[in-house]
Amino acid sequence: MYAGMLRVRLFEERVRELFAGGRIPGFLHTSVGQEAVAVGACAALRPDDYVLSTHRGHGHLVAKGGSLGGLMAELYGKANGICHGKGGTMHIADASVGYLGANGVLASGCVLAPGVGLSIRQRKSGQVVLTFFGDGAANRGPFHEGVNLAALWKLPVVFLCENNRWASTTAGALSAAGGSIARRAAGYGIPGDSVDGNDVLAVHDAVSRAVARARAGEGPSLVEAHTIRWVGHFEGDPQVYRGKDEVAEGRRTDPIARLEQTLRARALLDDAGARRIRDGITAEIDAAVAHAEASPLPEARDALTDLFAYYPWRD
Amino acid sequence: MPVMDFGDALNLALREEMRRDPRVYCIGEDIVLGVPFGVTKGLVDEFGPERVLNAPISEAAIVGSALGAAMTGLVPVVDMHFADFVTCAMDEVANQIAKSRYMFGGQVDCPLVLRMPYGIGRSGGGHHSNSVEAWFVNIPGLKVCIPSTPADARGLLKTAIRDPDPVLLFEHRGLYRVTGEVPEAEALVPLGAADVKRRGRDVTVIATARMVHEGLEAARRLAEEGVEVEVVDPRSLVPLDRETLAASVRRTNRVVIAEEGPMRGSTGAWLTWVIMEECFDDLDAPIARVAGPNIPIPFSPPLEKFATPDADAVVAAVRQVLK
Repeated sequence: MYAGMLRVRLFEERVRELFAGGRIPGFLHTSVGQEAVAVGACAALRPDDYVLSTHRGHGHLVAKGGSLGGLMAELYGKANGICHGKGGTMHIADASVGYLGANGVLASGCVLAPGVGLSIRQRKSGQVVLTFFGDGAANRGPFHEGVNLAALWKLPVVFLCENNRWASTTAGALSAAGGSIARRAAGYGIPGDSVDGNDVLAVHDAVSRAVARARAGEGPSLVEAHTIRWVGHFEGDPQVYRGKDEVAEGRRTDPIARLEQTLRARALLDDAGARRIRDGITAEIDAAVAHAEASPLPEARDALTDLFAYYPWRD
Repeated sequence: MPVMDFGDALNLALREEMRRDPRVYCIGEDIVLGVPFGVTKGLVDEFGPERVLNAPISEAAIVGSALGAAMTGLVPVVDMHFADFVTCAMDEVANQIAKSRYMFGGQVDCPLVLRMPYGIGRSGGGHHSNSVEAWFVNIPGLKVCIPSTPADARGLLKTAIRDPDPVLLFEHRGLYRVTGEVPEAEALVPLGAADVKRRGRDVTVIATARMVHEGLEAARRLAEEGVEVEVVDPRSLVPLDRETLAASVRRTNRVVIAEEGPMRGSTGAWLTWVIMEECFDDLDAPIARVAGPNIPIPFSPPLEKFATPDADAVVAAVRQVLK
């Protein structure tokens, strides 16, 4: 999990640099500081379990085992990006690792998830689907509809709220009534767990419990992981809406430093080991960037492919 | 050939496809009883509540879950209850279902069907009566069918269920009790295959769903005056069978396009452009259009009648292009 979080962190930091350098088009939302949620949650899943993600989804895909090269090339808008340049940062998927899509619309994954759960049950595959969403998304209707349906039908779904305190530039306190997303679970008769989202072990424990329930046929759970977004809502966000103290708090509670301390205290990690892990990840990311840089851009006419699986007519 | 009504033909299609493929399931509000139109009536007796899912009144969850299921191995058939209610799941249709395959670079198939009971009649009022197919024709990534007869309804629904892409089937609720012959054999109707419902040499009326029947009625009346109207039913709007439409226009050289939805920004406007592009030199008169007025469907019977394009309107349009 240490290496997993570091992989997300270093990937996101590199992506920020590349974006600032004009190598990556679009507008970009990175998850620096939130690594413990992505990694703690995905470590509780089997490789064949499904994940539905958000507009801030790179970390979830990296944690789920997605190809860094395919992801990076997609962020570049390259032809051999994992979505052939059709998706980009907010609309990426990697079906080969069960990552059924980032989503540009908040809470949409919350209604897709019950259907994935139905399919799991119908196929008797024993899988689980976990859907990430933010605290802002918890105020949209699809969140409530999806949780209700999954609870009603006891579907193998885990709803994981990544509460980073901000719905874009509006504080959670000014947008979510009731003071807690986790407590909303009570209204649907399912467990609602609130955990320190900067403690990867706590996230892992809570999600593991939720996954075990789901796999045992006992239905969905809601886990709210409290974390801190170190960066703006989007790259270039001047963040006039929040104080510098919050970012300072984030750095104080850095989930990676925290796990590193624990590992060192238990003599599970030393300087050489830490350096080896970091160097290995840096090499992976260097390779991903080199792959993306060397990849061709799509031809303009490629915009007309992938719309339908089967469509022999013109109109 | 057996005779059955449009609703029963759809019911038969669902039964046949659910028997054929265990991945197919139905989901929607009140579908166990088959309220209000009876299309899903009795399915639960054969297939059980695991495959005939009575959902809570949660359109976003019904439609969104269909996408989740379709991407991971099932084939959902969603009953939208009244097509007007699809607005409650518009993100799921327009952003999620329509775009998933494309945005993900073709990684996932999306074999699902949205059954869209729609259309004017019986004082349904503004939230139960509108013809909204044009909204969806304008969304790349969706296939859109709009049958007019029981045989077409069954054949198109079966094809839609077997299609790897999302298909919307617009079922005019005024047609559910219309009867017609339905073949004993499977008789799949391909998407993108228009059907000439009546042969004629003088004018082509291109009409969809209920307006096909109004067009046929208009043709009967005009035949008494010696005017032979050809009625062509596109049956699916996406994909569209340009060739059959254009071939008819090249025979008659005059065109009326008839639909029930509002005139502005409609499928008829698009069909008009298609005909212009394909057959401009063949046209002997400007294309005439029959469509609804640009208002929500009102409640009171005389107001509703005003909003209902009918055979009289088609007759008037045919006379206009013959002038």
